Amino acid sequence: MTAAVSIQNIRQVFGSYTALQGVSLEIAAGEFTVLLGPSGCGKTTLLSVLGGFVTPTSGKVMIGGRDMTQVPPKDRPTTTMFQDYALFPHMTLAENVGFGLRMRGQGRAQRRARAEAMLAMVGLEDKAERRPHELSGGQRQRVALARALAVEPDVLLLDEPLGALDLKLRRQMQDELKAIQRRVGTTFVHVTHDQEEAMAIADRIVVMNAGRIEDVGSPQDIYLTPRSLFSASFMGEINRIPATGRGDRVETPLGALPLAGQGDLMLCLRPENIGAEGALPLGEARLVDSAFFGTHHRCHFAPLAAPDLRLVAHLPQSAHPEPGSVMALFARAPVLLPKEPA
Amino acid sequence: MRHLAWLYLTLAYGFIFLPVAVLVLFSFQGSRLPVPPFNGPTLKWYAQVLGDRDLMAALANSALVALVSSAIALLLGFLAAQGLARYRLPGSALLRGVLIAPMTVSYLIIALGLLSVFNGLGIRPSLWATGVGHVVINLPLCFAILYAAMGDHQKNAERAARDLGACEWQVLRLVTAPMLAAPMAAAFFLSVTFSWDEFIIAFLLTRFEVTLPVELWSMLRSGLSPATNAIGSLVFLVSIAVVIALELTVFRKARR
Amino acid sequence: MTIEAQESRRAALLVAPALIWTAAFFILPFGAMIWLSLSSMQGRAIMPGPDFGNYIRIFTDPSLRQGLWNSLQITLAVTVISVVLAWPLAWIIAMRVPARWQRLALLLAVLPFWTSYVVRSYAWLLVLGQNGVLNKALTGLGLAAAPLEIVATRGATLGGFVHFFVMLLTLTIYANLIQLSSNYARAAADLGAGTFATFRHVILPLTLPGVMTGAFLTFVLCIGDYITPQILGGNNELTLPQLIMLQLGRRGDFPMASALSILLMAVVTLAYAACARWLRMERL
Repeated sequence: MTAAVSIQNIRQVFGSYTALQGVSLEIAAGEFTVLLGPSGCGKTTLLSVLGGFVTPTSGKVMIGGRDMTQVPPKDRPTTTMFQDYALFPHMTLAENVGFGLRMRGQGRAQRRARAEAMLAMVGLEDKAERRPHELSGGQRQRVALARALAVEPDVLLLDEPLGALDLKLRRQMQDELKAIQRRVGTTFVHVTHDQEEAMAIADRIVVMNAGRIEDVGSPQDIYLTPRSLFSASFMGEINRIPATGRGDRVETPLGALPLAGQGDLMLCLRPENIGAEGALPLGEARLVDSAFFGTHHRCHFAPLAAPDLRLVAHLPQSAHPEPGSVMALFARAPVLLPKEPA
Repeated sequence: MRHLAWLYLTLAYGFIFLPVAVLVLFSFQGSRLPVPPFNGPTLKWYAQVLGDRDLMAALANSALVALVSSAIALLLGFLAAQGLARYRLPGSALLRGVLIAPMTVSYLIIALGLLSVFNGLGIRPSLWATGVGHVVINLPLCFAILYAAMGDHQKNAERAARDLGACEWQVLRLVTAPMLAAPMAAAFFLSVTFSWDEFIIAFLLTRFEVTLPVELWSMLRSGLSPATNAIGSLVFLVSIAVVIALELTVFRKARR
Repeated sequence: MTIEAQESRRAALLVAPALIWTAAFFILPFGAMIWLSLSSMQGRAIMPGPDFGNYIRIFTDPSLRQGLWNSLQITLAVTVISVVLAWPLAWIIAMRVPARWQRLALLLAVLPFWTSYVVRSYAWLLVLGQNGVLNKALTGLGLAAAPLEIVATRGATLGGFVHFFVMLLTLTIYANLIQLSSNYARAAADLGAGTFATFRHVILPLTLPGVMTGAFLTFVLCIGDYITPQILGGNNELTLPQLIMLQLGRRGDFPMASALSILLMAVVTLAYAACARWLRMERL
């Protein structure tokens, strides 16, 4: 069905390597949570801990209010969608999808009915008697999803399931995953390194790096108001301007800007938020070069006040950027973050 | 469950090593028979074996036959694999089947067939005859290994070489063969191993000059003796040393 | 000459040596054997056939029939026992031994391969003999009143064979298991399968083709082996290879020996036909 997940101070050490450094997270029942981060950040380890494939060195995992830390995968109310799908090659699709039900002791007729219903949900009911090797990658993935959901788990864990698909198929599957999740209401925990994918499907994104959680929030919150420099850079291209806060203004290589802040800071501006209009004036800058990207022009600017600095800005599709020309730049939605030690 | 697994492992290893342990232990037997009780270690059987001219000759013969027949098998297998992998020949599936067929036939039958033909032609049994038989059993192996190893990147490298002006012979010698060094080494090593220990073909196709397994067989005929243990242990330990040496040099390099 | 014709000629030249060798030293002898099997012995001379007398004798002569029957019984027993014993060993090495030590564990499991095959059977003679290690241990510990007669019985032959084939099958089954994605077992557990259920529904069916290939290899090598039954089995019951060698040695009866060899091949072919389903699946 569905349940809330509480991750309490999970630490995972493999030999001399610490994969998770005391991670805590609360996931509400029915939420689509995405664990996002580069490879090696610990997201897959955390997923394995949730699934019961790894017992954490310390910490607790609560699912639906019950302590599941030491419970093996077999007895947990979670199922996993593996990266390579792990469909049993010697069984038909119907047998694959019905496998979990068979393990729970359901009768053949009952299993069959549910398996067909699940395959219908993912649009493969006419292929119930086929074997996995006869299907394409995208189809196999749907079967894996059907198999995982057939046992009505409280939590579905997805381990980078869309990695092997091409772009168009990936976008399509993202939409389908979201739709299915809404329909069945199960808590989904999805691991990916692709921030676009995260934004497409997540109710909440958890940004991870080097075994720690850097940021948690809705896609909008994380993108527009990131809580750390890592999170800001990981979610998309960003301009970073060193700044020193002096109370009601900050000093930057571009001059003093009317923003409140104190101490060593980094001013973060998204390229699409720099252009000819905006609340924050950045002064004049010379256009160094630009490339047309269809929806916008991606332009590199050298501010006159700080000619060694480079700002990336997206000018609208209708603009005609001329390399060498000088224009006044303005910014929107600035974010000030503490400067992290190098 | 864990303990059951380790118990089984111990029992299994015990079973597997039992005859070898007995073999090596009683090669140092003081008394005449290689059976309990064990009388104080002595090296006299090793001395006897190393001084046994027939035995040492058999050892040398085995090495000779193994190396020569494996070399021939490798050469023929390499050429055939190159011919069938590189070019499209009519009936190549059939040809492949014919070349691999001897692998499916018992050595006894191959030996009997060759003996019959050689007898009919008046060819006497000899090390050469045995060598011929060993090529027959190892050729399919070398062919299969090399055929499977010839992939696309060899093809592309060969094309590049031709493009740069190499003639066919140069391509074969300077590009294809070096690139296939690892599978060729593996095929050669396996062939030598099979030939070295092969009994029935050698038994039927040799008369006066014999290979080691045949000589050992004669030793067995004359009853149990720690000398047999000694030569058996000697061959065993030398083989292990060779494998370890290979493991540390060739295969370690390949793994990196 | 066109490029294709040139290339075809080149290919033919490359393949020719191996083909000629195989034709001269395998196909021709095989043909000779078939011809011989259809001939008969008159005194010391060979009378060419076609004469099915040899084949008829195989099924009418009780000792020859018994030899075939012995071979089948022993080989099937060896195959089944070896698979049953080797499977858990391969499984433990592949799944329970830490990855770093697996190569070593496997090497140790097949180390006795490096004793000569003849020497290995001889070593079992030492172990199982009247005065051998096993009997000395049994009588010494009081488990047996008198030394057991093991050598020169079917038991000794079985023991010698099983020892060899357990090693071989451990190797082949291990190679098969190690290819199996560990996610299959994880997925099964994830969906609620216990250890036994995972084995029965997932591991076993997926490894069966590989195991059958190993079993077939065992069958072929075992039924054609002369050394082990000759050293350990004594003269009370003979196997097919022993019969073949007997026909050759004692009477120089090439026709009969050839006929028995053809019979051996026929049995192997039948075994292949029985396993073909799994052997084809292996390639999948």
